[in-house]
Amino acid sequence: MRRRGNIAAYPHIVWSVLFIIAPLLFVLYYTFTDGAGDPTLENIQRIGTSNYLLIFTNSLCMALIATVICLVIAYPLAYIFSRMEEKTQRIMMVLIMLPLWMNFLITTYSWMTLLEDTGIINTLLGLIGIDGVHMINTPGAVIVGMVFCFLPYMIMPIYSVMAGIDPKIVEAAKDLGCSDRDVLLRVIMPMSLSGVISGITMVFVPSISTFYISQKLGGGTFQLIGDTIESYFTGNAINFHFGAALSMVLMFMILISMGIMNRFGDEREERGLLK
Amino acid sequence: MKKLSRLYMALVFIFLYAPIVVMILISFNAGESTAHMTGFSLRWYQQMARDENTLNALKNTIVLSALSAVITTVLGTLASVGISRMRSRRLQRVVRNVTNLPMMNPDIVTGISLMLLFVFTAQMLGRDSALGFGSLLIAHITFSLPYVIMSVLPKINQLDRNVPEAAMDLGCTPLQSFFKVELPFISPGIITGMIMAFTLSFDDFVISNFTSGASYETLTIHIYSMIKKSVKPNIYALSTLIFIVVMALILAYNLLNDRGREKR
Repeated sequence: MRRRGNIAAYPHIVWSVLFIIAPLLFVLYYTFTDGAGDPTLENIQRIGTSNYLLIFTNSLCMALIATVICLVIAYPLAYIFSRMEEKTQRIMMVLIMLPLWMNFLITTYSWMTLLEDTGIINTLLGLIGIDGVHMINTPGAVIVGMVFCFLPYMIMPIYSVMAGIDPKIVEAAKDLGCSDRDVLLRVIMPMSLSGVISGITMVFVPSISTFYISQKLGGGTFQLIGDTIESYFTGNAINFHFGAALSMVLMFMILISMGIMNRFGDEREERGLLK
Repeated sequence: MKKLSRLYMALVFIFLYAPIVVMILISFNAGESTAHMTGFSLRWYQQMARDENTLNALKNTIVLSALSAVITTVLGTLASVGISRMRSRRLQRVVRNVTNLPMMNPDIVTGISLMLLFVFTAQMLGRDSALGFGSLLIAHITFSLPYVIMSVLPKINQLDRNVPEAAMDLGCTPLQSFFKVELPFISPGIITGMIMAFTLSFDDFVISNFTSGASYETLTIHIYSMIKKSVKPNIYALSTLIFIVVMALILAYNLLNDRGREKR
């Protein structure tokens, strides 16, 4: 029986080797070869030039800002949701997830309509006497687009951890003399940390690799890493080898960031247990 | 405090729904602009219903997503059964980590890595292009697999191992016991996984962008190429329709779930 069970996983293992591992090896292969197929380090060296370093720093900063904003918005919201009646909670989560089913190509375009100089937000602001706030084609607009696209991914994991906290624990803390503030700071916050960490990963990874949002809302005034990679694969200046090198560096950046995050999470959890 | 949290919730919901409201409003615009309403009309809906390219892209997307969802569900369910019975914990962990790679990696990296594989294979075989329906299908199955396994595997682990054994003691063959005892128990996980695979595939743009050729255009790719030229409210009309269908499906799914919960 056991033996038979193992066979069931074989098609999947073959599939993973062919279509998950092999493609990543091709990224490696293209990174370290040139157009003629000869080995080279030129692609990696070219990333070290100031032009590309700037693109990487820009992307990293934008992704960090978007992630922090998502966290600041999502945390109180998840807390509010987790204290509602169970049925209301479920409705709220459906409402949070519904915008995710809207294609982001379209919603990003709608944001253009909203943020334009003569757009809806400026028209509304004009009515209350504030005029001419320039928003479109600025880094701020790109951040708005990112936060919109990825906010639900921050709310969901934090909410599900908070909703899973046993109310008895909160009661016990109160019985033992904790004020509401103490309950939040010393019980709910440490216990919801794992949700925060998965939320951060779920927002940071797509933010740092995003393309299109920055093209549309940033108006091409600055380039992010995702746009740059895309341009080498589908644009006019196709260069698979350099594009592969950029993706490799991006992958390593994400791996390192996640490593730091997870280590931070583990330490906190261990300390929490020791207490 | 209660008022404050209500206000806060309202603000977040306004933020999340503002672009959708804009989209729905402008889909009824009488004019050609996507920035200003000049009157109410259904002309964009009528135009869309006649546009063969859009309808074709919609058909392509449905075929692709359905096929990908079915294959992924079969492959993923088999894989979950196999993984749950692996004796070596280490092998189990390796297989799961590799499976999750497309979920952890940015979509753009998954997309280009598959593209490089297809392009290289085509060169080896001396073909012009390997990108088309086949490459799209492979890509969609690959990125949906972790989600199916994620929803099926926990169900299998929940099942008491004594139950299928009891079935076999009572005369079932292992295969019969799987189909009569295990499969019904894990079927909610399988259905959730299949729905997830379908919607992910229906909505995907980034990975499709790199793995589709000119021969097979999905809806998101079609929308992208339309946006590149010029945007008219017809795209909004199309998206509004999709939004309504998705909303209806999600509501139906939740109502069914609620019913099921009350019965229990």
